[in-house]
Amino acid sequence: MISLKELAQPHRIVMMVLFALFVLWCAISLRWDWIPKYAPLALEGLWTTIWILAVSTFLGFLLAIPLGLTQAIGPWYLSVPARTFCTIIRGTPLLLQIWLLYYGLGSLFPQFPWIRSSELWPYLRQAWPYAVTALTLSYAGYEGEVMRGAFSSVAKGQLEAAKSFGMPRFTMFRRIWLPQAIGNVLPTLGGETILQLKATPLVATITVVEIYSVSSRVRSDTFIVYEPLLLLALVYMVIAGLIGLAFKRFENRLPDRS
Amino acid sequence: MTGLLEILGLGASAELLSLSGWGGNLLRGLANSLQIAFGAFGLGLVIGLFGAYGKLYGGKVTRDLLAIYTTVIRAVPELVLILILYYVGSDIINQISEAMGGGRVEINGVAAGIWVLGVVQGAYATEVLRGAIQAVPTGQIEAAKSYGMPAIMIMRRVTIPAMMSFAVPGLANLWLIATKDTALLAVVGFNELTLETRQAASSTRAYFTFFLAAGFLYLMVTLCSGAVFARIEKWARRGQPSLKEGSA
Amino acid sequence: MKLKTLLVAATAAAALTAGAATAEQVKIGIAAEPYPPFSSLDSSGNWVGWEIEVINAVCAAAELDCVITPVAWDGIIPSLTGQQIDAIMASMSITEERLKTIDFSDPYYNTPAVIVADKSMDIAPTPDSLAGKIVGIQASTIHQAYAQEYFKGAELKVYQTQDEANQDLFAGRIDATQADSIAMADFVNSGNGSCCEIKGAVADDPAILGRGVGAGVRKGETELLEALNKGIAAILADGTHEKITAGYFTTSIY
Repeated sequence: MISLKELAQPHRIVMMVLFALFVLWCAISLRWDWIPKYAPLALEGLWTTIWILAVSTFLGFLLAIPLGLTQAIGPWYLSVPARTFCTIIRGTPLLLQIWLLYYGLGSLFPQFPWIRSSELWPYLRQAWPYAVTALTLSYAGYEGEVMRGAFSSVAKGQLEAAKSFGMPRFTMFRRIWLPQAIGNVLPTLGGETILQLKATPLVATITVVEIYSVSSRVRSDTFIVYEPLLLLALVYMVIAGLIGLAFKRFENRLPDRS
Repeated sequence: MTGLLEILGLGASAELLSLSGWGGNLLRGLANSLQIAFGAFGLGLVIGLFGAYGKLYGGKVTRDLLAIYTTVIRAVPELVLILILYYVGSDIINQISEAMGGGRVEINGVAAGIWVLGVVQGAYATEVLRGAIQAVPTGQIEAAKSYGMPAIMIMRRVTIPAMMSFAVPGLANLWLIATKDTALLAVVGFNELTLETRQAASSTRAYFTFFLAAGFLYLMVTLCSGAVFARIEKWARRGQPSLKEGSA
Repeated sequence: MKLKTLLVAATAAAALTAGAATAEQVKIGIAAEPYPPFSSLDSSGNWVGWEIEVINAVCAAAELDCVITPVAWDGIIPSLTGQQIDAIMASMSITEERLKTIDFSDPYYNTPAVIVADKSMDIAPTPDSLAGKIVGIQASTIHQAYAQEYFKGAELKVYQTQDEANQDLFAGRIDATQADSIAMADFVNSGNGSCCEIKGAVADDPAILGRGVGAGVRKGETELLEALNKGIAAILADGTHEKITAGYFTTSIY
């Protein structure tokens, strides 16, 4: 964290004053009268953004563990599909993946009339399951690659030691390998989660009402362009900052490996 | 070939994707995407090089401003940045041009796309290049200084060649991000691959076929770039001990 | 050597950005997303459709050197005010709300707003009938404004293009959609639209639904506005409008 003394340098004070003037100018000369009307919608959108981010990150990470593990030590019939999956996810734009999942699958529905009478239909109708699926798969693809490295970098000696104690394979994985691999990736995990946050606005293109789509709604209702976008950028910066802080605290709780 | 496609029931898809059909549109979109990605990557490199030097050797104010730039760009979603830069960019250029007494400036789609993505790429490139420059042993730069080499010459003859091998993996990653980020320009209406795909898909209703075809094209770009960057990395590392022996 | 390459690249980028200023050309903005039968892309990459022909005819009559410039529909008004385009001719209705930001020419076509739904569904174009239903609408349209005002009981899904709303109607993800009658007539006659039918026009509200479709220009650009008005009047008077319409529709849409 930056200490107060560092902030109190003359040029920083000047910059802060300039920034305060800029904020003041924004507050006075730009239009903010739309905020009260759209505040409830914006809060709803913010909540959607956050839960989609949380759910897709969590599920994606769970999926990344087997993806990483099979790539690191799996037999070829598991590692090849895992590697192919990661390559495809990382090699194509997420926007395209989202559209393929939502509109591509949607265009196939009418060919199978029984889908509409199935139990799953109420969910298949909505947009969020597709959004969560696409984001989860994307996170898993990127994180699977990271986990592969993390699993391979756990010191072999430790695993051999555990083996010589007669530890069963699964216990060894659960108690030694996985915790160390997760410890290895934690520093990058915060950054990856922020990248995932930056991917969430894409789901607005398939009618999910999250915070980005609220700003589009303001723009289309009132033709105010910059103000909602500036506020939106600020909101994302705050969330990204909070994620960064959270991961830092989490990291500090782990014993230092060096 | 045609017979095989018919047997597999893909005859209709093949016809849609043929060059005389919508396949030509997809390829034109791909060409646009690559053009924008290439320009943005180049612009990003230029910004990144100056940014990295500024962060390492610049004054206090420069360093703080660059820190703000990289932090903001890396925290705000590309989609939001693209919208802001797209609308603000043309506004500013026109105002500058009018203030200087010039007329309105035409901004073509490709140039606007390059500007928008280039500014985003610049922030990431700054970090990549800064790390790479820092990895160059200071002794080499000091040696060049003691010979009385001017700063620009040191940069050109010592720092940049020496940092290349450290920078290439990060830059390869940035290039892939650039190619994929061009897809976001579809939302502001640029005729790149993703928008062409969307137009083709909605005109023919063959959503699945076209999205898969576009995915395949992007994947090809990624795989080919991977091969190219592997060669570049090999070239940048020439004369250095191999990684496996070097990193003990 | 590297530095020189970089400098060359930077100069090239700068040169690209600051292309020569050509004041005479009029950039007519259309929606980059296809909107058949008014504007759509053919497989060789050309824009075709009723509105494209009208744009060309109006520009010819007004002696304007027009270039058709596709921009995202969702940001088409900001693109106009931000000077990326000079006029909007993208089936945009003349409404009070839009007139606060931009000016409009005289209307060049008019079409009622209708509700389209699955044939098997018993849906009427009224707020009561649509309550509890999922209604799809295109962003930044009069239909979005109308649905938000009148169909408060319905769940509204906002799409970037009408085409995507149609696609989801076909897929069964939405129960109904509100859109222009002509575009919808085209849709229900197409292969995928066979699922659905026009359930009727919504009750008119001129304040929201506007008074026909006109060309949008920046406020204060009276010269261009007058030229466009002249062009529209000319093609209406000399039968060009009628002739173009006959190529697409069976009835007059003015």
